Amino acid sequence: MNSHELFRAAILPHLKPGDWLTLLLGGASVVLLALNLWNGGLADKAIIRSGGKIFREVPLSRDQQIEVPGPLGISVITIQGRKARIASDPSPRQYCVRQGWLQQAGEIALCLPNQVSVELAGSQKKYDSLNY
Amino acid sequence: MRSEERGGTSTPPLTRGGREGLDFSQSSIHDPQSSIKLDTTAEDHHIARMAAVALGLTVLENAIPSPLPGVKPGLANIVTLIVLARYGWRTAAWVSLLRVVAGSLLFGNFLAPGFFLSLSGAICSLLVLAFAQHLPSRWFGPVSHSIYAAFAHITGQMGVVYVWLIPHAGIAYLIPIFATAALVFGAVNGLIAARFMDNTQNRPLPLEGEG
Repeated sequence: MNSHELFRAAILPHLKPGDWLTLLLGGASVVLLALNLWNGGLADKAIIRSGGKIFREVPLSRDQQIEVPGPLGISVITIQGRKARIASDPSPRQYCVRQGWLQQAGEIALCLPNQVSVELAGSQKKYDSLNY
Repeated sequence: MRSEERGGTSTPPLTRGGREGLDFSQSSIHDPQSSIKLDTTAEDHHIARMAAVALGLTVLENAIPSPLPGVKPGLANIVTLIVLARYGWRTAAWVSLLRVVAGSLLFGNFLAPGFFLSLSGAICSLLVLAFAQHLPSRWFGPVSHSIYAAFAHITGQMGVVYVWLIPHAGIAYLIPIFATAALVFGAVNGLIAARFMDNTQNRPLPLEGEG
């Protein structure tokens, strides 16, 4: 018995028209959920912090490079094509550099040793603060 | 409180604490030697037997490694679906809730977060099934019931997770994954239940044997 025959014998007799409708509705809602929830709000601006204070807020619409001074040296932030990343940083482990491009609102890259961070924000913030 | 109300009329209790805790005067006690004897009917035995089958499937399922915590096939719901179709919603609710409570005792997470996740999922599923079972049976079968119940299950669980465990909008990123699992496993469980009932259409369920 090949897989097609198996499908016809084992599955089709148990599916009534309404079941197909339910499957269709379920599939559509999964796709809608994924599109809505995984396309987190579009980011409009990058908030750059240094030493806990806001260093600059820049729009993502203009491509540019920003140099941010920190205790270890200078972190370079690149904004290009509505995305932002930390291009270079003096921190020893380079976590924030290896994080790569940030694209969606709420994404954040932290260079803790150099006390520099970049956070993308949309027109409205999803939450006021986070507590752990 | 009870013993104080009757303090003047009835004989003084032997041990005060004992009388307050368990009042035997109104319960159906047959044998004064044993502490409690419950009257059980054939239906109770039947429900217990089916809950035990569901429990077996739960144990089986826990042996299957899951790629993501929380994504489980929910095989025990096959039993709930069959019971719903054969014996109605009330029996299905008993079997499902008994399975949740007994399963948590078995795995040692009674009243732990995992228990409340199971419970909230089961309650939401049962509420949705109460409506879904009235869908015209000419058009809708166990597969539909199963899918609706699976979606209700994750809705209930995510509700508890958000309200109680992780009140952070970040869990929204997981919803599409859980929804996909609900659709796939809901459909598969529904198909298994439908096939089982077709196979046993002309024969009694093995479970009913010794009723």
